[in-house]
Amino acid sequence: MSAPAIPARPGTAAFARRALRHPSFMAGALLSALVVAAALLSLVWTPWPPGDIDVMRKLQPPSAAHWLGTDAFGRDVASLLLAGARNSLLVGTVAVAVGLVFGAALGLLASARRGWVEEAIMRLTDFTFAFPALLSAIMMTAVFGPGLVVSIVAIGLFYVPVFARITRGSANAVWSREFVLAARAAGRGRLSITLEHVLPNIASVLIVQGTVHFALAILAEAALSYLGLGTQPPQPSWGRMLNDAQALLFQAPRLAVFPGIAIAVAVLGLNLLGDGLRDLLDPRLARRR
Amino acid sequence: MKLFLLKRLATLVATLFGASVVVFLVLEILPGDAAQMMMGPDAAPEAVAALRAKLGLDRAPLERYAAWLVGMLTGELGTSHAYGTPVAGLIVERLALTVPLALMAMSMTVVLALSAGVYAASRHHRLGDVGVMGLTQVGIAIPNFWFAILLILLFAVNLRWFAAGGFPGWAEGAGPALKALVLPAVSLAVVQSAILARITRSAVLDVLREDFVRTARAKGLSRRAALWGHVLRNALVPVITVMGLQFATLLAGTIVVESVFYLPGLGRLIFQSISNRDLIVVRNCVMLLAAMVVVVNFVVDVLYAVIDPRLAPSDA
Repeated sequence: MSAPAIPARPGTAAFARRALRHPSFMAGALLSALVVAAALLSLVWTPWPPGDIDVMRKLQPPSAAHWLGTDAFGRDVASLLLAGARNSLLVGTVAVAVGLVFGAALGLLASARRGWVEEAIMRLTDFTFAFPALLSAIMMTAVFGPGLVVSIVAIGLFYVPVFARITRGSANAVWSREFVLAARAAGRGRLSITLEHVLPNIASVLIVQGTVHFALAILAEAALSYLGLGTQPPQPSWGRMLNDAQALLFQAPRLAVFPGIAIAVAVLGLNLLGDGLRDLLDPRLARRR
Repeated sequence: MKLFLLKRLATLVATLFGASVVVFLVLEILPGDAAQMMMGPDAAPEAVAALRAKLGLDRAPLERYAAWLVGMLTGELGTSHAYGTPVAGLIVERLALTVPLALMAMSMTVVLALSAGVYAASRHHRLGDVGVMGLTQVGIAIPNFWFAILLILLFAVNLRWFAAGGFPGWAEGAGPALKALVLPAVSLAVVQSAILARITRSAVLDVLREDFVRTARAKGLSRRAALWGHVLRNALVPVITVMGLQFATLLAGTIVVESVFYLPGLGRLIFQSISNRDLIVVRNCVMLLAAMVVVVNFVVDVLYAVIDPRLAPSDA
């Protein structure tokens, strides 16, 4: 016997129409697309090779040849910014994927099994909350040394308990809904209910939270790279560029402006996208705002 | 209420214990030979062996963990490998900067966020609301260390009102010391208050729709008096929850901001200790920061019960 139908969702075309009329979603989508486009473009083309050092042309102001000028090593700032987008997107994607896959699995398990399993998983997440992302990343770099991979893993690991909690909270609400009770009465197993009913119904929450945490991962990676614990030279990174720029605040203050704007645009875009998605995927929340 | 407090206290102790296990596993067991790691790959085997014996690494892990726990309770945290001084003394010295900085930043956050959040809610869907919400979106997107650099650019490089960094120490008097903390605190507070202002606005809007607010207004209470006297108190529960969570972010933020302003605080001590491979200092500092986060969340839980006594029994 098949389970009773899940409440109907609006079609893709209707969703697209609403999305196009949603200012926050559209602004977020445009800004995020800009960052993705910059990252993709840098794979095939940059005005100058990003790692190209030439001290003869160091600290040049913006010009037709170097749109945003050059840094202390004569590298083209615009090229570094374009290539830096790749790093930020990589960190966000992998960290959120790690947190989402393992966290959602733990959350779904806690919600499906309840009892001591749920209690154990939730207590485990309790004390991992004592370590903010930056602190857990610092612990990891103290052991494994600084680097992009270590910072991605550290941020991802910090996200596991975060997503476990979000998933378990939302999944518990779905488990008490009538259609799930009906499926259970029909003899469906916990795994099948989890995959067919619970997961699709909490997907929107996970998508929204994934977007928001993508932005937070970009901020965390920028902070780690600024401290010298994240991306290592010669790989370009926005946080690292800010660190280099701080030493030249008196000679070339503009160098401290562009990478910050790039980080802010990426984070703002993702936050607006997350806000928009939340409104579009859960209209009840939109009405309350 | 007593049972509620006891349960929360038990959770606090269990969480601290769990956090200490994580810190010990990551910073003591995971590196394998911590002495080798601290001295680097080129160190002479005799020197590594001497450090291993000095740190007690030849003892069983459980014994070392127990010794560390006892040390934390008695204040005997060992000696820093890089500085050659007791870790407890180092930490206390650095806390004299980090604690005032965090408190200053949190106070600024609360004042800014509550004013902006209540103002935005009171102008719901009007220009003031849209303006404040737009600013908070930008505030959330700005990394605090970049904002700190922009503050240095404006107030230290251009206007020359503040120094670009450094800390004169409390011995020079409270005035110069506090002045050195103003820009770091502002850079932490502005970003944090952007998040808190949004939560405040949304919580105030929820309470404004309640019947008792309509009754209070119908009885002749002015809008301002109802807002600050009735609405804000009832909107505080979600606001305090986020404040508790934000304290953790703020403490982590001090690590970065202290580096921007070259402040000799706890964050900078951790950062320098990582560079020096001084794992004993890193372990104790990380544990201290984690303990601060856990204790603040405990205080928040207790505050809930004080603000809204209905929450205590239902949660107990």
